[in-house]
Amino acid sequence: MQEIRNYTMNFGPQHPAAHGVLRLIMEMDGETIIRADPHVGLLHRGTEKLAESKPFNQSIGYMDRLDYVSMMCNEHAYVKAIENLLGIEAPERAQYIRTMFDEITRILNHLMWIGSNALDLGAMAVFLYAFREREELMDVYEAVSGARMHATYYRPGGVYRDLPAQMSQYRESPWHKGNDLKRINSWREGSMLDYLEAFTADFPSKVDEYEDLLTNNRIWKQRTVGIGVISPELAQQWGMTGVMLRGSGVEWDLRKKQPYAKYAEMDFDIPVGVGGDCYDRYLCRVEEMRQSNRIIQQCVKWLKANPGPVMVENFKVAPPSRVEMKEDMEAMIHHFKLFTEGYCVPAGETYAAVEAPKGEFGCYLVSDGANKPFRVHLRAPGFAHLSSMDTIVRGHMLADVVAMIGTYDLVFGEVDR
Amino acid sequence: MSDTPATSLAERLAARFGDTLTISTQRNEITAELAAADLIAVATALRDEPGFRFSELIDLCGVDYLGYGQTEWETNTAGGDGFSRGVEGQAMGRFDWAGRPRGNDEPRRFASVVHLLSIEHNRRLRLRVFCADDSMPVVPSLTLVWPGVNWFEREAFDLYGIIFDGHPDLRRILTDYGFVGHPFRKDFPLIGNVEVRYDPEQKRVIYEPVSIEPRVLVPRTIRNDADLMQAKAEAADDWQRN
Repeated sequence: MQEIRNYTMNFGPQHPAAHGVLRLIMEMDGETIIRADPHVGLLHRGTEKLAESKPFNQSIGYMDRLDYVSMMCNEHAYVKAIENLLGIEAPERAQYIRTMFDEITRILNHLMWIGSNALDLGAMAVFLYAFREREELMDVYEAVSGARMHATYYRPGGVYRDLPAQMSQYRESPWHKGNDLKRINSWREGSMLDYLEAFTADFPSKVDEYEDLLTNNRIWKQRTVGIGVISPELAQQWGMTGVMLRGSGVEWDLRKKQPYAKYAEMDFDIPVGVGGDCYDRYLCRVEEMRQSNRIIQQCVKWLKANPGPVMVENFKVAPPSRVEMKEDMEAMIHHFKLFTEGYCVPAGETYAAVEAPKGEFGCYLVSDGANKPFRVHLRAPGFAHLSSMDTIVRGHMLADVVAMIGTYDLVFGEVDR
Repeated sequence: MSDTPATSLAERLAARFGDTLTISTQRNEITAELAAADLIAVATALRDEPGFRFSELIDLCGVDYLGYGQTEWETNTAGGDGFSRGVEGQAMGRFDWAGRPRGNDEPRRFASVVHLLSIEHNRRLRLRVFCADDSMPVVPSLTLVWPGVNWFEREAFDLYGIIFDGHPDLRRILTDYGFVGHPFRKDFPLIGNVEVRYDPEQKRVIYEPVSIEPRVLVPRTIRNDADLMQAKAEAADDWQRN
């Protein structure tokens, strides 16, 4: 009989199914994985060290660039850590806006996930459908912050500005004209909240479309059912959070268990898996999109009824209005000090965590009383998840590694930081 | 956070572990400081005992306390030649690789900070272990207690040079293959050491010393003065309505 030897295979870092810059060294026995050694860090930018070298507010934008498909959730953790140390709390309206945008972000993330995971496993169409709705939500990001992805919208003490009263509309062009133009502008007649209302009324039917494509799809099920089974004990040993933990049947969601912003007032359910395989995690994420939709609806309703400030009126932390700044000497001094020196944060340490779409995103912040953080550590869910790769995929087939990378919902911006 | 106040956990920790832990509570967050030698025993007890059940290790990170509380800009006093200009200091943005400060082995410099989560009791706990010897920082590895700490310890080793005794595979993780130094230390320059580019003449990727100048745009300053205190008092007073 012919002798067969194990061989080592290099997967990535420029493989389309590696979700960015994952380099995976795999020892193979035929098609079976004997050992998987992920090499990460190809996207390491030293975000934490950079944050230590500049005033607190100047690092908010870096947070968007960590997990670049759940931008505002990252900002939320960082901003929350600063607020903890400062001992300030954002006004109620800002809290609702944050809750709403966290959920918009969750839908954005899960759309990206469902599209790319399906693409990895051979279903092209879902990707195209998912990007249709992503586009609509990125318009909301743009309306509120001017940027479609890296919003830098949250600030310690609230959010940068109130929601716009008018949603921007498409203008006539060779690509958008006539009835087509009327159709795409029909949601955009009113305010941003009206637009979101129309979106949330429509979105569940879109989720049905994705489910039509996948949930009972034979190939999809063959690729995901019984693949990458994670027991609840294993999930906890490996520090898993978010859907990776809930898919294994552990009911743990920071939005329910340690509520922040306005989640305590929201009515929503936490989907939990049974088997802990890739298919259960898929079902959890799809259901989360529906639940996020519900939360957005509740926030929109409240925000429409309750105008108010979106930033604390504490000018040591938040800048005064432009108008005031030009008329009032004290306001101008405040403005100048804030934008040159920043604010000093009382000495101490804190850990602030939010339920980001991928799991628990945490920010450990140490301040020694200066205008720059002494140490920022960002706890990225993907980093903990990916570290379990070797344990999970041993004995699986090569193609299942791709399913596993997909179900981890990896984004290397946050894994490598 | 949930039904019982956080102090009760602090009390239970104090009752169970006695002098082994130094416990402090800030804003409902409990920090327990302990000696490296006790770490494994305490961690195992925290994981297994029914009163604690910290089943998840959420996070582990290194901290370099070099220069903690130092300011680059004296804002309160003037010297013989006027007020401080805030242009000098030891901050990591101010020096390059050759000019990096050396011999900074001040006591209690490196620490490993662990965040634990108990899903059963909905509790968080922070453990801090200082390294005994700062020229050769060593703490015991927790990989046998929580296997998920593996990469976090590799990261702390990579970025801070903290050695985790008993770690099965203590390799660098985030930095480049063949990287020299531990980049998150406070005496490692912010601009780094080498830069990398493709050289069309040699037809390969080459490393060169960094070509950018170190600079600091905003000096580091600590104000213990009225600024924030006043703001807090104003907020408490609801001064606008008065």
